[in-house]
Amino acid sequence: MSITLKNVSYRYSTGTAEEIEALKNITLTIEDGQFIGLAGHTGSGKSTLIQHLNGLLRPTEGQVLHNGQDIFEKGFDLRTYRTKVGLVFQYPEYQLFETTVLEDACFGPLNQGKTKEEAREMAKRALRSVSVPEELFERSPFELSGGQQRRVAIAGVLAMEPEVLVLDEPTAGLDPCGRTEILDLVKSLQEERKITVVLVSHSMEDIADYVQRLVVMKEGEVFLDDEPKKVFSHFEELEEIGLSAPQVTYLMQDLSAQGFGVPTDCITVEEAKEAILKAVGKC
Amino acid sequence: MLKDITLGQFYPAESKIHALDPRVKLVGTLLYVVSLFLFHNLAGFLLATAFLFFLIHMSKVPVSYILRGLKAIFILMVITAIFNVLFTPGTTIVHVWKIRITWEGVRAAVFMFIRLTYLVMGTSLMTLTTTPTRLTDGMESLMAPLEKIHAPVHEVAMMMSIALRFIPLLVDETDKIMKAQMARGADFESGNFWRRAKSMVPILVPLFVSAFRRAGDLALAMEARCYQGGEGRTKMKPLVYGRNDGKAYAVLWIYFAAMILVRIFLNLPHVPLLGH
Ligand SMILES: Nc1ncnc2c1ncn2[C@@H]1O[C@H](COP(=O)(O)OP(=O)(O)OP(=O)(O)O)[C@@H](O)[C@H]1O
Ligand SMILES: [Mg+2]
Repeated sequence: MSITLKNVSYRYSTGTAEEIEALKNITLTIEDGQFIGLAGHTGSGKSTLIQHLNGLLRPTEGQVLHNGQDIFEKGFDLRTYRTKVGLVFQYPEYQLFETTVLEDACFGPLNQGKTKEEAREMAKRALRSVSVPEELFERSPFELSGGQQRRVAIAGVLAMEPEVLVLDEPTAGLDPCGRTEILDLVKSLQEERKITVVLVSHSMEDIADYVQRLVVMKEGEVFLDDEPKKVFSHFEELEEIGLSAPQVTYLMQDLSAQGFGVPTDCITVEEAKEAILKAVGKC
Repeated sequence: MLKDITLGQFYPAESKIHALDPRVKLVGTLLYVVSLFLFHNLAGFLLATAFLFFLIHMSKVPVSYILRGLKAIFILMVITAIFNVLFTPGTTIVHVWKIRITWEGVRAAVFMFIRLTYLVMGTSLMTLTTTPTRLTDGMESLMAPLEKIHAPVHEVAMMMSIALRFIPLLVDETDKIMKAQMARGADFESGNFWRRAKSMVPILVPLFVSAFRRAGDLALAMEARCYQGGEGRTKMKPLVYGRNDGKAYAVLWIYFAAMILVRIFLNLPHVPLLGH
C-alpha cells in the first residue's frame, strides 16, 4: 500500500497570533516495502509530517492519498487505516497505561476487533520480538526501566501487525546495544514481512546503516530526497542546515586528502573498512 | 483540538496597558468592578462604557478577543436576566396568567446584564494584557501585608504560578497522549456514555503519571537550586512602579471619584434604554 502526500501544507494554531507554517507544499510518495529515513534539524517538521501519514493531522491544504484514495474523504475508515499504519511516537513509553505489560500490548489488537485470545497471541509475539523477557509480561509497565518501557511501547504498535511502520526517533535515550537491537528488528520486519518503514532519526550513522532512501527536511520543506550515499555527498549543504554526514565519511575524506587512495563516498563503517583494507593491501 | 482551552490567555502586544505594573491593573480591575455596581443611571453607565472602551482601545487588544470571555457565562447572564424580569416587584407592564413583568424588573435585568458584561470584559482585559507570571507577582506583592498574620502568601503565589505554568504543558501532553492512543486504534467518539468514560482511561492514566513525574522533577530541581520557601527570598525582576503607573493610578481614582459623584449628584431620567 502506497501513501502519497500531495501538496501538503500544515499550519499550527491557525487564526491566532502565533500561527506557524510547519509544512510547506510537500509532495512525497512512500512506496511499498521501502525503508525510508527522515532527517532534519530540530523543528524542521518531521514529527508533523509523519502524523499526516496516518491521518492524525489533517493537512491545512493538500491531500493524503492511500492507494490513490483521499483518506479524509467521507466514508473512508480512518480508524482501521490507522491500525495499518503503525506510528510509534517520540518517547512512546509515556503512553503506557494498563495494569500489566501484556495487557498494554493487547490494546491495539483489541481495538482492531480481535478476540481476547488472538490479541494476547499477537501481543506476546510482538513483545518477544522486541526481546521483552517473558517474566515481565505480568508486571506493571510502570515498574520497568526506561529502556524496557520503550520496548513495551514499541511492541504495543507492532502487535497490530501494521503494513507501514513509522518510528519517530525510536532509539533516543537507549544504550548502544538497545539501539542496534531495535533497528535490527525493524530491518528484519521490513525484509521478512515486506512492511514499509519510515524512520525519523537524528543519527546519521543509524540512517546510513539501515535506510534505502533518505528524505531531508528543512524548515518544513523537502530539501533532499535520494539514496543515502547521494544525499551524504552533499555534506556541505547538510552542514549548513545543522546536519552532517556519518563520521566515517569525514574520515574517508581526510584519508583521501592525505593521499591514501580511498573512495570518499563510504557511509558505513563496514564499507569504509573494506575500502581501507583494499587501499592498504595495495600499498 | 485541545488548543481552545487556554486559561488566562495572554494577548501579546506592545501597548501602555501591557506595560503597566500588574498591581495597577489588579487594583484598577477591582475599582472598576466596584464602580460597575455604583451606577444606576444613564450618566454613570455612559462613563463606565467610555472608560472601558478607552482602555480597550489603548490596549490594542481586538474587541473580539475581549468578547470571547462572555461566551462562557452567557447562560448565567440569561438566567440572571430572566429571574430579574420575573421576580422584581413594581409597576406591572405585562400580566399573563401567573407571570407578571414589571417595569422595575426589566430595568434591573438590563442593568444586571450590562454589569455582568462589563465585569467580564474588564477582567478579560486584565488577563489579556498581563502574563500569568506578572499577575501572580502582583497578587503576591499586594497580599504581602497578610504575611503579618501568618498567611502563607508566598507559598500560595508560588503554587498559583506553578499551576499556571503547568496548564499549557498538560494540554500539550493530553494532545500527545490522545494522538498516541488514536494511533493504536483507540476510539473516543462512539459508544454510549459508559463506553466513552471507559475510553478515557488510556488518556487519564498516562496523564496523571506524567503530571506526578513532572511535579516530582520540578520539586527536585527547585531543591537542587536551594529553594526553601518565601523567607528572605528576593526577586529577579522586582516590581517597581514607573511614571506611567503613577499616572494610571491618578486616572483610576479620578474615574472612581467621578462615578461616586455621578451617583450622588446627577440623577438623570431613569433607564434610557427603553424610553418611557
Ligand atoms: N502542537 C504544536 N503547536 C504549535 N506548534 C507546533 C506544535 N508542534 C510543533 N509545532 C511547531 O511546528 C514546527 C515543526 O515541529 P515538529 O515537531 O514537526 O519538528 P521536528 O522536526 O519533529 O523536530 P524534532 O527533531 O525536535 O522532533 C516547529 O516550529 C514547532 O515549533
Ligand atoms: Mg519531532
